Amino acid sequence: MSGVVIVNSGVCNLDSIRRAVEDCGGKPNVTDDPRVVEEADRVILPGVGSFAAAMQAMNEKGLVAGLRNLLARRQIPFLGICLGMQLMASRSHEFGMTEGLDLIPGEIAPLKSTQAGERIPHMGWNETHPRAGAALWRNLPDGADFYFVHSYFYDCAPADILATCPSYGGFAAAVQRDHLMGVQFHPEKSQKAGFQLLRNFLAI
Amino acid sequence: MTVKIRVMPTLLFRDVGLVKGVGFDSWRRTGSALQAIKVYNMREVDELVFLDIRATPDGRAPDFAQVDELADECFMPMTVGGGVRNPDHIGELLAVGADKVAVNTAALARPELIRDGALRYGSQCIVVSIDVLRHADGRAEVMSHCGKQPTGREPVEWAKEAEAMGAGEILLTSVDRDGTFTGYDIPLTRAVVDAVRIPVIASGGCGSYQHMADVLRDGKADAIAAASIFHFTEQTPKEAKRYLKQQGFHVRV
Repeated sequence: MSGVVIVNSGVCNLDSIRRAVEDCGGKPNVTDDPRVVEEADRVILPGVGSFAAAMQAMNEKGLVAGLRNLLARRQIPFLGICLGMQLMASRSHEFGMTEGLDLIPGEIAPLKSTQAGERIPHMGWNETHPRAGAALWRNLPDGADFYFVHSYFYDCAPADILATCPSYGGFAAAVQRDHLMGVQFHPEKSQKAGFQLLRNFLAI
Repeated sequence: MTVKIRVMPTLLFRDVGLVKGVGFDSWRRTGSALQAIKVYNMREVDELVFLDIRATPDGRAPDFAQVDELADECFMPMTVGGGVRNPDHIGELLAVGADKVAVNTAALARPELIRDGALRYGSQCIVVSIDVLRHADGRAEVMSHCGKQPTGREPVEWAKEAEAMGAGEILLTSVDRDGTFTGYDIPLTRAVVDAVRIPVIASGGCGSYQHMADVLRDGKADAIAAASIFHFTEQTPKEAKRYLKQQGFHVRV
């Protein structure tokens, strides 16, 4: 069974992600203790709310330093979810400029509506198109639907985009650089497809 | 490509179980909340709306323990409302597992609640629930206190103000259509949809899949909520979406 440290970055519900990981056969350990984070073999960083508030809470708890130490030492599988994915960026434009974890270079920028019917926030189910061979999409069809709720997106180099969503100009639904992965949607709220993606992450 | 439209069952909670009424009154029991959530999980429903309709009239806070218990079983997005009076209530509901929080009466009394909630937790989780009564002369008025108190506010103006305050979504319910199976208030929905940029959920009056198609096509709603049709008839969210897909709507089936 795969042990997973779920980082408690502050304001967000961790019960559903913990329950989902358990359901997928993982052994979750929800913590805000940087010492526990530094020893993790696998990390999920969830998050909702504002970028600046989450970075501040994580800095105050020593979690930013803990994560940086861990990821500098070891190539462990890391999955950011929603705001947790955005925190992987270099910086964010949400409510002024805030520095992020800078795990995959890029900026968090406001979503732009490119056609009628694309309201902001982007809220609801939408398709994802992964690049060929994406391990996170194993046993998932191209176009698999996931639940999104966000107003900002990860603006990064095309090489770091793992999957795109066809709305709002085709933004990054997921990013990946080596063992570092992030998804903009909520797998823990995306029923069968979401649970398959979590199982795929646990198998990496 | 546009976002897929959502079909959301509304669960109204009162005292110890789920209920459904007509015109926000004459409540009938419809079963247990936990059981309903389990069934909707199995059926892969898009999203759920859970409203505690006694909290505000009884002057009490949301029942956090109850939401905690329900959210643990809910593997789909869940909007929770009823009795939310301050930003701490919003935070606590999110902490026990709500994905979004609906505010209504308290936001009408103090619109800053929307802004404070959005600043702390992000616009994406603040749903402003607007209950609208259409008077005999055709005038539409926003109602508070579970549809009981007139506010003198005009729905479109209130929706715009809510958006400016940082609302992430609007749940727009027709009080007079509620539970009547006569269809959504399409002109009301269209007027609000055209006035704001945030998603609008149409609610109140759904009696058939055709009503859903009507409010999506003519009202331009981004999502539809319905209760009686799922509680009291054989019609289901899954069949609704199959029907809507046949009608050319972009849905998850």
